[in-house]
Amino acid sequence: MDATFRLWRSEPGGAGALTDYKTPVSEGMVVLDAVHRIQAEQAPDLAVRWNCKAGKCGSCSAEINGKPRLMCMTRLSTLDLNKPVIVEPMKTFPLIKDLVTDVSWNFSVKKTIQKFKPRQPDAPDGTWRMAQKDIDRVQEHRKCIECFLCQDVCHVLRDHGKHDEFIGPRFLLYAAQLEMNPLDTADRLHDLKDKHNIGYCNITKCCTAVCPEHIKITDNAIIPLKERVVDRFYDPVTRLLRMFK
Amino acid sequence: MWRCVHLYGPTVERTPGFVIVNWFIYSKGAFMQVIRLTAAPHGFGETVRRDNWWTTPLLVFVVFSSFIVYATWAAFQNAHYEYGPYLSPFYAPVLWGDSAHAWFGPQPTWWPALLPFSPALLILPFPGLFRFTCYYYRGAYYKAFWADPPACSVGEPRKRYLGENSFPLILQNVHRYFFYIACIFVVLLSYDVWLALWFPDGAGGTEFGIGVGTLVLLVNVVLIASYTFGCHSGRHIFGGRNDEVSKSPLLSACYDCTSSLNRRHMLFAWCSLFSVAFADIYVRLCSMGIWSDWRIL
Repeated sequence: MDATFRLWRSEPGGAGALTDYKTPVSEGMVVLDAVHRIQAEQAPDLAVRWNCKAGKCGSCSAEINGKPRLMCMTRLSTLDLNKPVIVEPMKTFPLIKDLVTDVSWNFSVKKTIQKFKPRQPDAPDGTWRMAQKDIDRVQEHRKCIECFLCQDVCHVLRDHGKHDEFIGPRFLLYAAQLEMNPLDTADRLHDLKDKHNIGYCNITKCCTAVCPEHIKITDNAIIPLKERVVDRFYDPVTRLLRMFK
Repeated sequence: MWRCVHLYGPTVERTPGFVIVNWFIYSKGAFMQVIRLTAAPHGFGETVRRDNWWTTPLLVFVVFSSFIVYATWAAFQNAHYEYGPYLSPFYAPVLWGDSAHAWFGPQPTWWPALLPFSPALLILPFPGLFRFTCYYYRGAYYKAFWADPPACSVGEPRKRYLGENSFPLILQNVHRYFFYIACIFVVLLSYDVWLALWFPDGAGGTEFGIGVGTLVLLVNVVLIASYTFGCHSGRHIFGGRNDEVSKSPLLSACYDCTSSLNRRHMLFAWCSLFSVAFADIYVRLCSMGIWSDWRIL
């Protein structure tokens, strides 16, 4: 059968529009397969970023029928092919061309987060001892493939454009990964409160909903960090207890 | 380093369904390039989504509003909140009031004459504020009542945004204190279930029994406890704040339990909301003689 794909087409620095392409589809295809077929047969100048086609590189992030998703992990069987399938670039980041956006802002944000700073080694041979249970907690955070779909859907960035003030769910997850690591000794809470403005997050869980790795970003990273910030800056009892420690 | 510094000016170009805006890129101290961004739809409710994204926020709005209206009405009734050994959870514990359950006797003399008295008015603010500041409910009512956002990747009605970074929403950080109070309420409601096992025997004493009302109150307290102990703040207090929670076996066990409940926090938030309202309705209708309580034992 044929299906219609309505793709965003644009020129660098120029305006864009949605353009319809009709292409044959078959069982087992994903959106990226269809986009590749369109690129091969009808639109050789179509820009689309992709790499692994297995949901592990995070390159083919886009918005499919308005929802941020990986093109390579969106099966056509999950979409209504009686209507055109709308494929657009991520809207939180500057557009380069067609379906490709400039996500370099994310890499500059990552540099603002304090690096991992391990404690002194536990053993004379320079090694550390950790319980598996404590490491399991941060292993979930390490599953992130940096597709930036969570950044794309976060309304603080998407609708309010707080790129200068807020680091977004991806980097709150990264901060949690470091902050909750049993070996780490760096203190990121002050930055999280004042520089990275974790308070902007209002827990709508959109980031969790779009994560292709099914990381519980809000429950297991952002809220634990928010609670640590409360411990440090807002809770008078924990502040008092800290004075006596 | 590249940094997006400013959204330039008003809309400069429109195509159907899209807003195109200019976007500055700042590089090495100078504006280097202007490129175009397909900005997210900015109008309220604008989206390319085709699913019925509005159903969940609408459902949340209707259910929460209904609950608030009913709970407020029930709290001001000051009547039909007990039946036999049963006590409505909206009124538990009865500190002062015309009830055999009252801890300190009838309405206190210091109560302002202009203010209608009801034992529930002294109680309901605490569990109410526990839910109001709950992380799950916050996310739900920010969407349903404030449209901030109405749903994921759906346009918002306003540009200005402060989040929980400043007053008044920064006060949500008080949640952990309402968690402590909510834990006390779980104990008190559990005690009410115990009292609901002892029915008047007709000779001035009491006898053990189980009625449908007992089960209603029991299910309610189980759901409220599951909701309370799955609280995100509780999870943090019961071990989450430690990077090496495994070093304390007791904390580790607590953290596992609360994490297990936390995974179903939304489910328990809804179920306990319904159960607490139903428990009040059950006691109220039995007290009014509309429903009859069936004794199982």
